[in-house]
Amino acid sequence: MTLCYHIIAYLPLEWAQFTFMQNALLAVLLIAPLFALIGCLVISNQMAFFSDAIGHAALTGIAIGALAGLADPLWTMLAFATVLAILVSVLRRYSSASTDTIIALMMAFAVALGVVLLSRGGGFARYSRYLIGDLLTITPFEILRLVLLLVLVAGVWLTFFNPLFFACLNRSLAKARGFPVWRLETFFAVIVALAVTITIPLVGLLVINALLIVPAAASRNMARNMAAYVLGAVVISALAGVLGLITSFYWGTATGATIVLWAMLFFILSLAFRRR
Amino acid sequence: MISALKQESVVSGSSCGGCCTRLINFGVQLGGGVILEAINLHVHCGELTVLLGPNGAGKTTLFRAMLGELPYTGALHFVHASSEERFIHPRIGYVPQKLDIDPLAPVTVLDLFAGALARRPIWLGHSAAIRMKASDMLSVVNAHALLDQRLGQLSCGQLQRVLLALALIPVPDLLLLDEPVSGVDPAGIDLFYRMVSELRRTFDLSILLVSHDIPTAARFADRMIFLNRTILCDGSPHEVLAGPCIRQTFGIDLTNAAIQQLGNRFEQPVQHHP
Repeated sequence: MTLCYHIIAYLPLEWAQFTFMQNALLAVLLIAPLFALIGCLVISNQMAFFSDAIGHAALTGIAIGALAGLADPLWTMLAFATVLAILVSVLRRYSSASTDTIIALMMAFAVALGVVLLSRGGGFARYSRYLIGDLLTITPFEILRLVLLLVLVAGVWLTFFNPLFFACLNRSLAKARGFPVWRLETFFAVIVALAVTITIPLVGLLVINALLIVPAAASRNMARNMAAYVLGAVVISALAGVLGLITSFYWGTATGATIVLWAMLFFILSLAFRRR
Repeated sequence: MISALKQESVVSGSSCGGCCTRLINFGVQLGGGVILEAINLHVHCGELTVLLGPNGAGKTTLFRAMLGELPYTGALHFVHASSEERFIHPRIGYVPQKLDIDPLAPVTVLDLFAGALARRPIWLGHSAAIRMKASDMLSVVNAHALLDQRLGQLSCGQLQRVLLALALIPVPDLLLLDEPVSGVDPAGIDLFYRMVSELRRTFDLSILLVSHDIPTAARFADRMIFLNRTILCDGSPHEVLAGPCIRQTFGIDLTNAAIQQLGNRFEQPVQHHP
């Protein structure tokens, strides 16, 4: 890790001399491939709304943590997001209501409960950092956490990508070929929940879903097959991340949202290079 | 109805000559309602059976239950002709009507095959072996040129042939086709049925095919089954079309148009079981 810092510090650029920018750059280079990998399957699975809901539902996780008197509510956020992901998956299986409606109901409930709990006594402003996120104050410990998360997701994507992908083509067909469809879907939902929740304090829950969706959507416009799709999403995500970090440094803006604007720019460009 | 009863007694009286798939007192209940009940059916290997019935008759439900997606009552067996493992659960190949992806998705035919068959994650590319395997099976359905096309670029007929090829790896005991020709042009429908007939003989497959295109289905089917919650008519295409099921349910008299076509078929020297 020290090696990484030395390499970054050798860059002949003003921003690269600050330790917090070195940390942030490392974090961006971890988050970008992580979210691109997940985003590709989120779009294929038509789960963009689900991942958005998981992000917003983090409010309740934060509130539960605050009520429990925790300094860092990450564990309660993770627990709540996981429970929610499994719950949505169970309801999808056993309820005849449409998935959209189920997710919207869950999100409405989780957001309202979170806001009510956090705003007791008018103290909501304290938690606004979760809305916007702060990448520049990331600690080496948090970076280590991201490394572990990336290793976990990369491992899962190496072993389970084909079944996860095949299950979203046609459930009956996947079932006929012996894939445990429901378990795969639930497993995937939990992975999305974990990744989104761990990253929320860094990127902010308002824009986190865009980071998941936009690079993958841009790559999807241009790609001719799955390999190009995933690779393209990783490259676009990393470019948007680095450019967003640097511009946010000079403009003094929130890093997460700035990265999303860059990603949107790439999306618009991708429309021009859309494959026929 | 009489022909249905007659057929049933014949089938249950005989043991499966060769191999066959048996449904015994098969039923499905969903949300408190009975969708299917008392289905007794033997589908013999090398036989193309067409499943008819009005919308909501439970045809798709029957398939989903057989695939293990829905709970069912009764039994589903596959009986081998001579093998030691008699009465096993059949290996079922399934050809869905369509895939749940949008036409712009960057998924090629090869991605589809590798997603089902390969260990290497498809975002890291494809091995030469899987490419070969997919290409070989695609050439069986005359679709090897489609290997690197995106699924969204395929016509309905092409997609059905691709899905059919995929369903044949590994070769199943029973092949289920759910309205494979809806949205396919007449020439494509003929081609598809011809191909399915051919495959049935090559691989000695039992095939169950849902269709609403009764005249064409009748030309290729060995046997037709009319389903509405349970089996109402069962027999040769001629018997079923002349029987009461079609007229009562659809309110049309197919005897003139369809049976005439059938007559044409029987006049042609079609060799079924060489």
